[in-house]
Amino acid sequence: MTFLVDLPVWAAIPVCLLLLSGSALTLAGAIGLVRFQSFYERLHAPTLCTSGGVLLIALSSMIAFGVLQNRWIVHEVLIVVFMIVTTPVTLMLLGQSALYRDRAEKSAEVPRKTETAKADPGIDISGNDI
Amino acid sequence: MTELLIIWSVLVSQIMIALAMVCALYRVAKGPRAQDRILGLDTVYITAMLLLLTFGIRTANVLYFEAALTIALLGFVSTIAFAKFLMRGEVIE
Amino acid sequence: MRYWFPYPVLSLLLLGFWLLVNQSVSPGQILLGTILSVSLSWAMVNLEPSKPRLRRPGAAFRLAGSVIKDIAQSNLAVLGAVLSRRKPPVQSAFVMVELQLQDDNAIALLACILTTTPGTAWLEYDRQTRMLLIHVLDTADGKDWQSIVTHRYERLLKEIFE
Repeated sequence: MTFLVDLPVWAAIPVCLLLLSGSALTLAGAIGLVRFQSFYERLHAPTLCTSGGVLLIALSSMIAFGVLQNRWIVHEVLIVVFMIVTTPVTLMLLGQSALYRDRAEKSAEVPRKTETAKADPGIDISGNDI
Repeated sequence: MTELLIIWSVLVSQIMIALAMVCALYRVAKGPRAQDRILGLDTVYITAMLLLLTFGIRTANVLYFEAALTIALLGFVSTIAFAKFLMRGEVIE
Repeated sequence: MRYWFPYPVLSLLLLGFWLLVNQSVSPGQILLGTILSVSLSWAMVNLEPSKPRLRRPGAAFRLAGSVIKDIAQSNLAVLGAVLSRRKPPVQSAFVMVELQLQDDNAIALLACILTTTPGTAWLEYDRQTRMLLIHVLDTADGKDWQSIVTHRYERLLKEIFE
């Protein structure tokens, strides 16, 4: 805890603000995960953590260590790039598998496969396009 | 003054992220279906990574950032494997 | 040249990522990274991805700007939805959108944009009927998602890829 004291005031204020707002966004996303009613609504909540929380907290860490200049700031860049690349893939696949399971159980809440594809027997409707 | 500001803001943000982790763990425990649990588990991974990031800011130890990167990688792969398992019943086709 | 280096940009990006992870630019790491990235790009040849051609880099910057703005706005909108006192907090709905995009890479990029934005989630795209199924978190503000997708994203993506 000793080194952060060297941070000048003009850098300390944005670091604190970014840190607090990022963690508040993360908390809000997790609260959404608890509060929302259906699975498809909950699917929206973690994007708040990944697009808002990760970005803001990584930015604050970058400012802190960039100002103190005691090491490279590449780790945060790697983490942000990795989160941006992976989050859409995860959520898309999870949404698709949930849709698949609900349709297999003939749930009334999800829309069925589009009608035109069903009418044509030559088209394979079992496989989902990603 | 600056010292107090930084110590308290890091502490408060750590508490908020830990609360977010508790919320995600609640979703893992409650369900109601398998996809909800997987979504909760994915959020647990993300919040654990953020908690490690704040620990890294607090102690200026590079090791925490390496651990955060590893958790992000493992969380991504495991969530993909779970989602694939839900869709097809097997991971490797 | 084309035979030995099938995907030069991919190889360079992989080499850059390797050096970033290892945090060094020593000759040994550069050699190891080059060997890895070139052999991995040979592995990509077997997958035969369709090669995207960027026609207008200017449109790509405009798209990036509008995506960043949308992500910030919808972050705030979802934050408001989470903290609202109503019960249930939101009125969500499935929305069908018709796409005109042809290029696979453009559709993949659109999927990433729609999923990263909080408030919309990509669920399924049917290649035969060209219908896309998305889930929208808050339908109370009465936005027309067909026109948003068509005018805000598809127009720019068409300029970039087709």
